[in-house]
Amino acid sequence: MRTLISEGGFDFMGRRTFAYVVSGVLLSVAILAILLRGLNFGVDFTGGYTIEVGYQSAPDLDVVRDTLAAAELPDAVVQTFGTSTDVLIRMAPGAEQSNDAKVSDDVLAALATTSDEPIDMRRVEFVGPQVGEELRETGGLAVLFALGAIVVYIWFRFEKKFSVGSVAALVHDVVITIGFFALFQIEFDLTVLAAILAVIGYSLNDTIVVFDRIRENFLGMRRGTPAEIMNASINQTLMRTVVTSGTTLLVLLSLFFLGGAIIHGFALALLIGVVVGTYSSIFVASLAVLMLGITREDMMPVEKEGAELDSIP
Amino acid sequence: MNNSTVLWRVLLLAAVVLTGALLALPNWFGSDPAVQISGRDAEVDTSVAVAVRGALTEAGLAASETRDDEGRLLVLFEDEDTQLRARDAIASALDPNDYTVALNLVSASPAWLRKIGEPMSLGLDLRGGVHFLMEVNMAAAIDSAEERYVADWKREVREERIRGTRIQHENGELSARFRDEADRDRMLDAFANEVFDLDFDTSEEGGGFFITANLSEAAAEEERRSAIQQNITTLRNRINELGVSEPIVQQQGLERIVVQLPGVQDTARAKDILGATATLEYRLVVGGPAEWAAAENGNVPADARLYRERNGSPVLLSRDIIVTGDQIKGASSGLDQQSGTPAVFVNLDGAGARRMQDVTQENVGNPMAVVYIENRVDVRMENGEEVTENTKVEEVVSIATIRDVLSHRFQTTGLGSQEAADLSLLLRAGALKAPVNIVEERTVGPSLGKDNIRQGFLSAAVGLALVIVFMGWYYRVFGLIAGAALVINVVMIMAVLSALQATLTLPGIAGIVLTTGMAVDANVLIFERIREELRAGTAVQGAISAGYDKAFSTIADANVTTLIAAIVLFGMGTGPIKGFAITLCIGILTSMFTAIFGSRVIVNWLYGGKRLKSLPI
Repeated sequence: MRTLISEGGFDFMGRRTFAYVVSGVLLSVAILAILLRGLNFGVDFTGGYTIEVGYQSAPDLDVVRDTLAAAELPDAVVQTFGTSTDVLIRMAPGAEQSNDAKVSDDVLAALATTSDEPIDMRRVEFVGPQVGEELRETGGLAVLFALGAIVVYIWFRFEKKFSVGSVAALVHDVVITIGFFALFQIEFDLTVLAAILAVIGYSLNDTIVVFDRIRENFLGMRRGTPAEIMNASINQTLMRTVVTSGTTLLVLLSLFFLGGAIIHGFALALLIGVVVGTYSSIFVASLAVLMLGITREDMMPVEKEGAELDSIP
Repeated sequence: MNNSTVLWRVLLLAAVVLTGALLALPNWFGSDPAVQISGRDAEVDTSVAVAVRGALTEAGLAASETRDDEGRLLVLFEDEDTQLRARDAIASALDPNDYTVALNLVSASPAWLRKIGEPMSLGLDLRGGVHFLMEVNMAAAIDSAEERYVADWKREVREERIRGTRIQHENGELSARFRDEADRDRMLDAFANEVFDLDFDTSEEGGGFFITANLSEAAAEEERRSAIQQNITTLRNRINELGVSEPIVQQQGLERIVVQLPGVQDTARAKDILGATATLEYRLVVGGPAEWAAAENGNVPADARLYRERNGSPVLLSRDIIVTGDQIKGASSGLDQQSGTPAVFVNLDGAGARRMQDVTQENVGNPMAVVYIENRVDVRMENGEEVTENTKVEEVVSIATIRDVLSHRFQTTGLGSQEAADLSLLLRAGALKAPVNIVEERTVGPSLGKDNIRQGFLSAAVGLALVIVFMGWYYRVFGLIAGAALVINVVMIMAVLSALQATLTLPGIAGIVLTTGMAVDANVLIFERIREELRAGTAVQGAISAGYDKAFSTIADANVTTLIAAIVLFGMGTGPIKGFAITLCIGILTSMFTAIFGSRVIVNWLYGGKRLKSLPI
């Protein structure tokens, strides 16, 4: 049998100070970043234009900027994307333009006339201001709705304190992941939002495996304080947590490095979410349940098999 | 508890894997570019095939295969470049009024496999193409409905020979002013008898007797519904005219239409054609140059209106329309035989032809004008609010003396050649009932589409390989069994996507990649349980059995939560996000089958019922 870490009773619950400090620091940095720097929303949410064009050889970005300014298309953010030959042009939704959807055509036409080589139109995204606002609303609602539905499921399937614990872990993971995007001002678009929702699903998946074992041990182990039982449960599931996170990280790294620039934000959000989610399912979720004062009695009415187990000598 | 191999389980697994492999197989062959010829009114028969073959030979292009597919003719080509040139060659050889020629991607599988299934359709981000979200201008739809009532009222008042009335509509209210109360009451009955869609009211003010009316809520609702329905029909027709195959035109919400055009590269033209409101009107000319000049100073006769020619010079036209664009049922563009200038050849429907015949019969020798009309919608931002402005551009494109009685078919000159081609397309496809405005556009160029496919599949393959290697290293034979289950899972996701004819997008591929990483979780849970049992001293067969049994409820719980998140994503997401949610949902469901049931069958087959001291786990 191969093992990645030595098996045995690592005292997770005894290391609360470690968890308090790590989570405390990460959460404060994340919340401060979100409040002070805010998220760098992509055109999906702000409305505006994203135009990606491919040149045969790396163009001078200043020339591109001048071309756009000369064509009376000012306020364009011009940068390379992925490779030096790909140029990304971002513009805020027009205040003056008479027909919004045509602006992207104007940009492409302006670039084509001033370039000696053919320009490859790779991608055009235009989101009207109203659509952007709607996407922002539904996006926020989706996150809240997913959280709500999951709380209901856990409540139904486990017990109130577990449900609170798992949501604490979830909020922890989501806030830190979003905070990372705010801190480094990485573009936050629809695919990142999708990744955040997937993080919610994943983080919970991890937490539930630990909770499942805690419940089983509360019913099965006759002796031990709640803290001891939790420690045992976390240790028993530790290998699984590490292996599953490992395989998920492997595919995400593959997606991040090989999946192309468009999928970067998505893969990055999941990478952070999985790492933080793994940490939180070990430390945060269980600690929260312990702090809420879980007892053996809390477990009893939930499932009938408890009665059978008790009758075993 | 000896884990012996049970026949039905093996058969079930084999059946599922075989079916899955067959359904997924068409994806291995992929798709070939093709030109698709379908009949509008005419049958696609052997004469069409002969014409197509002739056109291709003349252009020096070779088709790799020709298929007869439920009344459509599909001509397959080796590459997209040949396909594009072939489309142009074929289109010019066939009458656009009879046949539509479109670009398509068709399954490259052998014939027997095509009977079983089709490959997954690729999303716009993988294939290249345009996604538009269009908003129908409902205010304009209601406005034109009110305009219709005003015209009806005016006609009735004229028929009753009541003088001195003023009929107009303003701010959503129709009003008619009469000099005489008796006339007012008589017309109120007449108006109210005719239509049930208006809420009427009467009033007196400043010596005038008024009828005011508002469109009832139900009628307004119906107007909006029919505006969006008719616009969808018109957009579909126009897209067919553009030669785009497998377009998606769908209503979204109450006022919006989603249009997806795979493979379209010239987005500027697509935008022009889809949003265009150009149409024609035929009117008689009133007076001569002297009256026209006087009209510029406000001296316009009651039965006429002032128009302008393209060069800006004024002309008076009758208020009565002879024929509108709605009555044109066919149109094509070409060159005028005599002058060699671009011309639109127009076919009128029965009612339009009768009217044209009547009017031209009475007016031989008199001039008739053709008016080119375009409704432009401008959207501006004003103090953070979107303001929509409708402007109607009317230009007289030609004035010609009626030499003969016209009826069904005649021609109009005075337009540029691109304009003539676009106008004939628009006339064939029908007019939009209300103007549309693009509120979202997502276009992916063909080169990025190819990159996305390549990078998507590469990252999926590398991810899968990494997981299998890791699992094999860590859990040895059992890890490889989990790897086999994983491969089966990917095949099954592809099979389900193909069977549902779901669309694969880049986020969809990301969903498959993510599922690959997460699907092994079930096996990890089981294997860790088996290890625990073995450490606790349980015998091999008992450990296997207990491992699978005890892990089950945990696996179910863990998957349900991810499923909830995926379903929320599906419900709230748009376009590409939906693709991610679909593959995630399917992946979770199929992985439950392959990771639990599938791996168990293999484990039992390899180790079940044997007296073993240890397991390679």
